[in-house]
Amino acid sequence: MTVLRRPFVWVIGAVLLAFVLVPAYGNNVELRENLLLAALYITLASSLNMILGYAGYVNFGSIVFFGLGGYLCVWLMSAHGWSLFVATLAAGVTVSALALLFGLGILRLRGAYFALATIGVNEAVMAFVANFEPWGGSSGIYLSPELFQPLGGPARALWTIYYLMVGVMGLSLYLSYAVKRSKFGLALRAIGQNEDAAAALGVVTPRYKAAVYSLSAFLPAVAGGLYFFKSAFIQPPDAFDLQLSTEAIVIAMLGGQGTVAGPAIGAFLYEQLRGWLLTSPAFSHFQLVIAGTLLLAIVLFAPGGLMGWLYRRWPGLRRILE
Amino acid sequence: MSALLEVEDVSRRFGGVQAVRALSFSLAEGSILGLIGPNGAGKSTVFNLIDGVIAPDQGKISFQGADITAQPPYRIARLGLARTHQIVQPFMTMSVLENCTVGACFGRENLRLEHGRQAAREALLQVGLDDRSEMLASQLTIAGKKRLELARALAARPTLLLLDEVLAGLNATEVEHMIAIIRAIRSRGVSILMIEHLMQAIMTLSDRVVVLASGAKLAEGLPAEVAADPAVIEAYLGDPGLADPRHAGQP
Repeated sequence: MTVLRRPFVWVIGAVLLAFVLVPAYGNNVELRENLLLAALYITLASSLNMILGYAGYVNFGSIVFFGLGGYLCVWLMSAHGWSLFVATLAAGVTVSALALLFGLGILRLRGAYFALATIGVNEAVMAFVANFEPWGGSSGIYLSPELFQPLGGPARALWTIYYLMVGVMGLSLYLSYAVKRSKFGLALRAIGQNEDAAAALGVVTPRYKAAVYSLSAFLPAVAGGLYFFKSAFIQPPDAFDLQLSTEAIVIAMLGGQGTVAGPAIGAFLYEQLRGWLLTSPAFSHFQLVIAGTLLLAIVLFAPGGLMGWLYRRWPGLRRILE
Repeated sequence: MSALLEVEDVSRRFGGVQAVRALSFSLAEGSILGLIGPNGAGKSTVFNLIDGVIAPDQGKISFQGADITAQPPYRIARLGLARTHQIVQPFMTMSVLENCTVGACFGRENLRLEHGRQAAREALLQVGLDDRSEMLASQLTIAGKKRLELARALAARPTLLLLDEVLAGLNATEVEHMIAIIRAIRSRGVSILMIEHLMQAIMTLSDRVVVLASGAKLAEGLPAEVAADPAVIEAYLGDPGLADPRHAGQP
């Protein structure tokens, strides 16, 4: 297994192990909830990073994948009695296919126009869902507590969901890593640096852009399924919350877009910061202001993010943390 | 010799400017064709028309007998046509080797990543950049970036190479070096269409020369014939009559 000889695969493994073992020790439910959010943020940011960091396309509406995945999964379970595993998988595949269709359309746009179009996609889907009766329209879908029974009741189900989310996070990190090292990743990075030059060298730019847009939809959709199953409730404003999209961008930039470890470290740091801000009496209302300021500061002073800074200080780190 | 590239009656207008006007020429397999002309004659536009960056308003372009008119650049690149840009377009934050690997992996041979890397190393060796393969492209000097631009095109192992002013901005030693590289490329059987302002270089390298002025073909032939053509001299230097001693002293 040549894969196991790469240091970064071990780093991913160690992180997963920590996520699995630490909260299980002493049945620490509070820590588990905290880490579940971190795993979700890591999944969202890593997936976004493939299109934002590698291909250089700013997707402001990446949350649409998360929301649609959540809706599909919750609906398949409540209306059709599908099991959680099958429903999340089906949600992931369907949302990826939809993203491919959207992508072929809006990826003709570049720069700010593309960014605006992604917000448009999210808003349009939200408006559609809010008026789509089978999905409960604007009042959304509630899940019956009975749906937790097959997973051994609510208490055990929450642990199962947590482990699944950690698994999804691990997949998102590995996917991001595997893509970066592949020929596909090489094409994406060439597109990100200079799309016209890439096309002149033979990179079939429309195909690769649509493929990464679709790929970046898969795991967020699965994570959306898990997340909203856990909430047992889904409603358009929660599912298609642009704020979460923006946060995913802040996270990817904070950690270092285009790197594999960056979005993960960024997500972890941001999640801790956010938790602290939300509970501190002085800052609880300013959480987004701080996120915005952070984004500005990164763009202005450290476009490479945390990883960019680390690489400059210790160039050898590139070999361990990609 | 059969024609590798055939440009037939191609025109392109940008707003009020007729950039290329009913241009026809052909390039024989294995040869070097020089494309010269004063600034603004439409040379780079011709390159952009051939490699699909812009579509002609009329006319037809064929490569290896196949019609490639208005095909997207990536499809044309896959057929075996590679180019360099007048203003170099490296992938700045990728390494020199990665830059070339893009050329190798997505060019004519559509190589897998490992094989692409090998082809990229060979191309870097060919242009003498092999000792800088792990540097970022942004860290190269201008001469280095020009060579990288060429190596990236070569890594695709093209049948036809379009060179857009690869000698511009280089010092005398670097020009010598680059000319030697171009000769070596041709000796491997790659056909070349090149734009160049450096007359001496293009006259010694080219088998045939096409002269453009105001988007139209002014002259075509062997380098020596073209250099002696009065119309060409006029396009470059102005009316030779003006330099006639009989007019000296007159306003």
